[in-house]
Amino acid sequence: MKPLRIIVPIKQVPETGAVKMDEATGVMIRDGVEAIINPLDLYAIEAALRLRERHGGCVTTLTMGPPKAITALREAIAMGVDDAVLISDKFFAGADTWATSNVLASAIRKLGDYDLIICGERATDGDTGQVGPGIAAWLNLPVACYVGKVELIEESRSNSEMPRDSINRQKGSTDVNEVNRTCRVRRLVEDGAEILDVCLPGLITVVKEVADPRLPTLRGKQRAKSATIPVWGAADLGLSRENTGLEGSPTRVVTITRPKVSRICEKLIAGDPASVHTAAMHIFKHISADIGGLRHD
Amino acid sequence: MTEKIGREIQNHGKKIECRNVVETSARDIWILGEQSDGRILPITYELMTRGRTLADKREAKLTVVMLGNALKDADLNELIERGADRVLAVESEGLAHFLPEPYTECLTRLIDERRPEILLAGATSTGRTLMPCIAIKANTGLTADCTLLDIETTTGNLLQTRPAIGGNILATIKTPRHRPQMATVRPRSTPQAPRYVNRTGEIIRLPAPPDLPSGRIKHVGFEASSEDQGLADADVVVCVGRGIKRAEHISLARKLADTLGAALGATRDVVDRGWLDYPHQVGLSGKTIAPRLYIGLGISGTIQHIAGMQTAGTIIAVNRDPDAQIFRVADIGIVGDLFEVVPVLIDIFKKGKAAS
Repeated sequence: MKPLRIIVPIKQVPETGAVKMDEATGVMIRDGVEAIINPLDLYAIEAALRLRERHGGCVTTLTMGPPKAITALREAIAMGVDDAVLISDKFFAGADTWATSNVLASAIRKLGDYDLIICGERATDGDTGQVGPGIAAWLNLPVACYVGKVELIEESRSNSEMPRDSINRQKGSTDVNEVNRTCRVRRLVEDGAEILDVCLPGLITVVKEVADPRLPTLRGKQRAKSATIPVWGAADLGLSRENTGLEGSPTRVVTITRPKVSRICEKLIAGDPASVHTAAMHIFKHISADIGGLRHD
Repeated sequence: MTEKIGREIQNHGKKIECRNVVETSARDIWILGEQSDGRILPITYELMTRGRTLADKREAKLTVVMLGNALKDADLNELIERGADRVLAVESEGLAHFLPEPYTECLTRLIDERRPEILLAGATSTGRTLMPCIAIKANTGLTADCTLLDIETTTGNLLQTRPAIGGNILATIKTPRHRPQMATVRPRSTPQAPRYVNRTGEIIRLPAPPDLPSGRIKHVGFEASSEDQGLADADVVVCVGRGIKRAEHISLARKLADTLGAALGATRDVVDRGWLDYPHQVGLSGKTIAPRLYIGLGISGTIQHIAGMQTAGTIIAVNRDPDAQIFRVADIGIVGDLFEVVPVLIDIFKKGKAAS
């Protein structure tokens, strides 16, 4: 049976909310801010590692980013990912989700044979959630987003009623198509969860509910340190400048403003029963119109 | 139209190949409606408010696209009454439930045939899955989760404004060279379009293309949420933080929520402790909500949580710590013990309800 291969595209993001933007181009300035693996990608890595533990195979991760994004890939290897590729080129800078998903899809095509692509639901900096389904569209794969639970179902394509010896004979001719893989996923939606069967190869984006990410192990860290991580640029992927980075992006950030979120908070101290009652009455008066109005909707 | 775009590109001083410039003079703004079991969902009417405003400013037509099966005449007519100039209803059994493949294929073909200037959808689990796929297939840009939309009357360029980086900035984005311009719009960021009974318009029912792809994803079942109302759609949300102290105390917050007809939310802390499950989580790694009223109980107000709720209409917070960050974004802050305040609140609201 062809071993399972899972690909996990990840993103390196700034650690805190303290991010600066270039006012002229509207592009994020990532220098000088500590960078981490997008926290929501950790769930994707964990989901992939658990599937590998159960079904065998290997997990490959990749990221598009500046040269220093290699640290995110090493962190993923320290968690247990088998191998990694850095997708980096000065042409790729300033990419929107169209251009980013194009580059990542091209890299995944170059990686070749895979069964499942698992992405985090979105990145905590860009916050679009568009790159995952975008990759699926480029690769013409079935896609399920917001997955909270994933199981892999593997069915031998050869008829199970076939005599044992004929199955044994087939094993010799390792046909790559001899297993049908399907993912049964629980996709979280507004009013509940859909249960879907996704034929592989396919792409899913996962949410936190899928699994608690593990910490890197000491052995993993050692392996990460010495791992060879290839770097692929635009030329390696057969991409031109016109289709990548800022130039290849259909969208343009035209202005950046800071929202005025400061509200004037009316503070009430509720330290004793009388003031608790006063505070509660105040809230009631302030919002009863809201609540009453809602009932007539 | 084509000429104008051609000039704009030269102004940038670069020669850029335009793969997808519109060549139609049709000024058509589309919104993608949503339905569940044939019932039209409120996000549709919210999108119509957005679409109508843009269409009026641009002197364009507003088209509502509905995908589904056996959609009712009365429902489609209501779309006209709420401001649509045209309704395009595409129907087949395969379109009854949202599935990315047939929906993407169907919409991509419609866009190809009719070339709208703009396509808007809700930033819902459907819209946020479907629109990225269509944007790639239709070779155009997409802006996620917009809270503000405007249009340049001469160029038709859509000005798409969205909060980014945890709501710390607002970015305005254009798609100058590609059509349609696509955006998803944050649910509950605008009121629903009102109904005018005598309004008229055109309803076009189209059979779905017979060769729509299906098969690679199968709908096996549905588990309805135990909550009556989804957190993301709730008008009122009661949210609990670590100040609730123990799993058993969640029932107190739930009681307040029930009294107010509110959905129950939680901080990451509470979810990580297993006191409530993940669908309740509000914040950067959970849901972004914008209810009319938010009540936070025992919530300190981390950047991550505030990013998920700061656009709520009215924000009320109860916390013992007078310096809690949550008070910075609150309209009313009660500095006190939630275990003393909440029972009194429940009592007052119950009496208030009984009196009204």
